[in-house]
Amino acid sequence: MIDAVPFSLPETRNMEIELSEEQRLLRDTCREFADRELKPNAKRWDREHQYPAETVKKAFELGLAGVAVPTEWGGAGMDNVAYALAIEEISRGCASVGVTLSVNNSLYCDPVLKYGTDGQKESWLKPFASGEKLGCFGLTEPQAGSDAAEQRTTAVRRGDKYVINGTKNWITNGPVADAIVLFTMTDLRKGTKGITAFVVDTKTPGFLLQKTDEKLGICASPSCTIFFENMEVPAADRLGQEGEGFKIAMSTLDGGRIGIAAQAIGIGMAAFEEAREYAKVRKTFDVPIAQHQAIQFMLADMITELEAARLLTLRAASLKDAGIRHSRESSMAKLYASEAANRVADKAVQIHGGMGYSKELDVERHFRDARITEIYEGTSEIQRLVISNALLK
Amino acid sequence: MDFSLTDEQQRLVETARKFTREKIIPVAQKLDEHGTFPKEICEQAWEIGLMNVELPQEVGGLGLSTLDHVLMAEEVNYGCAGIGTTMFGNNLAAMPIMLAGTEEQKKKWLGMLTDAPVFAAYACSEPDAGSDVAGMRTTVTKVGDEYVLTGQKRWITNARYAQWYTVFGRIGEPRDRHKGITCFVVPRDAPGISVGRKEDKLGQRASDTSDVILEEVKLTKANLVGEEGQGFKVAMKTFDRSRPWIAAAACGIMRRALDECRRYALERKAFGQAIAQFQAVQFMLAEMAMKYEATRLLMLKASWSIGQGKLDAIESSYAKAFGADSAMAVATDAVQVFGGYGYTKEYPVEKLMRDAKLLQIYEGTSQIQRMVIARNLLAQTG
Repeated sequence: MIDAVPFSLPETRNMEIELSEEQRLLRDTCREFADRELKPNAKRWDREHQYPAETVKKAFELGLAGVAVPTEWGGAGMDNVAYALAIEEISRGCASVGVTLSVNNSLYCDPVLKYGTDGQKESWLKPFASGEKLGCFGLTEPQAGSDAAEQRTTAVRRGDKYVINGTKNWITNGPVADAIVLFTMTDLRKGTKGITAFVVDTKTPGFLLQKTDEKLGICASPSCTIFFENMEVPAADRLGQEGEGFKIAMSTLDGGRIGIAAQAIGIGMAAFEEAREYAKVRKTFDVPIAQHQAIQFMLADMITELEAARLLTLRAASLKDAGIRHSRESSMAKLYASEAANRVADKAVQIHGGMGYSKELDVERHFRDARITEIYEGTSEIQRLVISNALLK
Repeated sequence: MDFSLTDEQQRLVETARKFTREKIIPVAQKLDEHGTFPKEICEQAWEIGLMNVELPQEVGGLGLSTLDHVLMAEEVNYGCAGIGTTMFGNNLAAMPIMLAGTEEQKKKWLGMLTDAPVFAAYACSEPDAGSDVAGMRTTVTKVGDEYVLTGQKRWITNARYAQWYTVFGRIGEPRDRHKGITCFVVPRDAPGISVGRKEDKLGQRASDTSDVILEEVKLTKANLVGEEGQGFKVAMKTFDRSRPWIAAAACGIMRRALDECRRYALERKAFGQAIAQFQAVQFMLAEMAMKYEATRLLMLKASWSIGQGKLDAIESSYAKAFGADSAMAVATDAVQVFGGYGYTKEYPVEKLMRDAKLLQIYEGTSQIQRMVIARNLLAQTG
């Protein structure tokens, strides 16, 4: 475990980062919570495609709804390093609960905190950062996944209201959320400069939930398509200015990717720990398989990649805490952590052999859950685009 | 060197391809979702000569070569690897009898498969002996002229539907390792045989994988396949011949992934153009195509060698390990090409990814293949 990690930040060389007492305490609390509440139930939630509402509530009681949101706005008043540590530990117990929390923290609370007025924060942040309500994020559309600039959902101003029409899909938390940070086009001619964000109550007339998605993994995290039919939203619920939406979306994803990187590491850690324990007890050729070099080297690669991923993630988080632009670092963390998690989960199944392919153990779930981390909040290809653009600029 | 297919092989491939397109692809997703055994599909496949293809003509089989078999199997696995594995199950059960059985055994047990569309199963693995075949614990006790078998077999493909099993057990002590292992053919209705729990699997969910439990199953010399203590050799020889089949499954999965991705990449737009225009996607497709082609060549070479009577364990392991690892990589990339859609059950690529993983595990994990390869390499002289 990393308690003291030396690494360099762009403007200060060889800075020593040490976890504060508070960060360590949160991490340990989350780990204990994951072992007690999540690990024993995650398999069942996955099998039954059940959203564990009660357990998410309990996680919120630990301050996990708005970890880095100031206490005056209902949050836990901690920082993004603490947030990343928490999401890793939670995801180690259940990746679906991990992403439920990550979406509420990073994709919902964060943009409202950063771009909302005090009035908006009062109604749209406080109850969500305190865990009374749950938020979601509506950017992706059927034809606009990686290419977020292809938005077709429109918002037309009518007096002190906007009328919204369109479709969003793969909306994590969508079926159970109370509000959505929603991206629309207020001016189709302007491309990315025509995108405008809103915060919308999910009970607004014209907000139409479609059936829940059937997915390969994270089956306890409900996501869905949402139609908007002449949905009227007060102009007062517009987040930021008209045309500011793309900037809001991209800066939000810079934070969200830290959460997904942490989720990936959590999935990887769970797979690694199970593989290590199994290798000690499973025997072939008269010895525990942990004594075969092929298995030893797999375990060595797994933990090395996870440690590297964690360093990248905590670095991105600490840059965010320092108020330094961190798009490239978040993308690096998300890209590396997600790919590492997939390699680790794949090896964990392999170490378990036939047992790893069976739904009796948790590793096959980790294998399925890991796959999404390379897809959502920007595919690995999009992360490479962000990183290479930053390099070549 | 001639890579062309004979007219018969061409016809076999076309028949299998048509069957896959018409009978398998339309139902594969549903069978997977519900874990439904493809009994009717296999019966239809039996009618047109796609089941039990390697069984000799003397017992009413087609007597096809390994090469013919893999060409046909690639087509079936293009549609569904769970159905492909179900069909392999019969050939695998038959192989020990083909290799070491008496004429009488061949007529009786293999004849059952050619007389009617029924199933058989190869029962070797145990809860504590998967990769390590010589670690098996099923005991064979000799009582007079009888053999009494007791033990538990796990991961047995077709177990629940089989009319008979080729079962491996041990005469002597576990410390004898491979020395006492002996093969038997056991009818499903033999007293003491029962089928245990069914595995709930990540992929290949249409195929049945269940436990077979043996409680003092009494057999005679007529059930003995090969000689006492020769079972380990029979099992290994069987795997040498079956591993190219798994490479065929890998080829089927990869070709399907490539076809699906090619079509999708040409249609799906991002940043104002088809994603096929992006080099990142192009390179993934190129990588998939290379892996498919290389696996296919290894599969053809290993199968050709078997047909020439020059079977080489190392070649079978090359094809199996390289094919399985390639199929996993290709199916994983296929999900990536599809993005969010690839993660849903709406498109076939997530199933390809789940199905592919088993190829790296069954019939000797990718690690076991490397052991076989390394052992053979190191034993070579000169």
